[in-house]
Amino acid sequence: MRISIIMSAMLLAFGVWGGVSSSQDLKFVETPSPDPAPAPVMGDAVHGAEVYEASCTGCHSLDANRVGPAHRGVVGRIAGTAPGFNYSPGLKAAGFTWTPEKLDEWLTNPQAMIKSARMGFRLSDAKSRADVIAYLATQKAQ
Amino acid sequence: MNADTIATRRAALRLGGAGLLSAGAVAVLGGCQSGAMAGAMAMGPKITTASMGDVDILNVALGLEHEAIEAYQIGAESGLLQKPVMDVAVLFQGHHKGHRDALMSAIKTLGGTPVMPKSRDDYMRALNIAATVRGQGDVLKLAQRLERGAANAYIGVIPSFKDTSLAQVSARLAADETMHWTALTQALGEALPPGPLSFGA
Repeated sequence: MRISIIMSAMLLAFGVWGGVSSSQDLKFVETPSPDPAPAPVMGDAVHGAEVYEASCTGCHSLDANRVGPAHRGVVGRIAGTAPGFNYSPGLKAAGFTWTPEKLDEWLTNPQAMIKSARMGFRLSDAKSRADVIAYLATQKAQ
Repeated sequence: MNADTIATRRAALRLGGAGLLSAGAVAVLGGCQSGAMAGAMAMGPKITTASMGDVDILNVALGLEHEAIEAYQIGAESGLLQKPVMDVAVLFQGHHKGHRDALMSAIKTLGGTPVMPKSRDDYMRALNIAATVRGQGDVLKLAQRLERGAANAYIGVIPSFKDTSLAQVSARLAADETMHWTALTQALGEALPPGPLSFGA
């Protein structure tokens, strides 16, 4: 009797730990419908200026090439073409134009987007990325 | 570094010794290089796909340290700083020189080539110093700005390191920069951030 109780307890525990209870074994799990695509995060350029000042100006300026290239006019610019900046081979050859979507991908993980990218800085917060991109979009080439 | 150099390096990927070299780089950055580690590194640098990305990040950090060292030097030579601010500026510049030396050693250990500093004129122009720095407070503001940017840069690269030990070193560097920013903020008589998590995003 004691042995059967212990065995039952062990089987029950195994089932729970394995993530499958005996009652669930006999049921098909209904797959939930996929969530709709998340709405794009709308950027706040005013807050983006603050994030840019705090997070980007260690390496970048709007009008001067520093550790990183000058940013004025980056939205709409062909990647790897800021005058006078020495880019990585990957960025030189990228060929695409910086759109808000491309910049979001870049700021999420630059070395995943372009393998030889020298920049490893990630702006992990999606709202902060959107805000910075909104701010950069206001800084048009002069 | 040109494209051919990088292509050659990438083509010459080697697995042997990569772990030791990475550990060696961390030891150099952490300031605790042992004799055994030095011996392992003396085998010669070999760069791997994973460490190439880390070398690139370390080189960006090195460029940032070069700029900070020169900014403090410009401030010290400007005649605008008085004691005790001058002493603090020299102290912080010394920290940045320590970061620079450690980063250069680590980059070499990983098989990379450290970036060199730019000219004084380049830094003067890039930081717009002639137009913005006219008194001691301006020097402090510039230093405060650069230190916050550096702290956030070191935080922002943490998730990109392939070698998690380098990520930890990056956090230590960020802590140094944050210490500088805090002291400069107090010196300027500015309030500290009212909320938590004011660095990184």
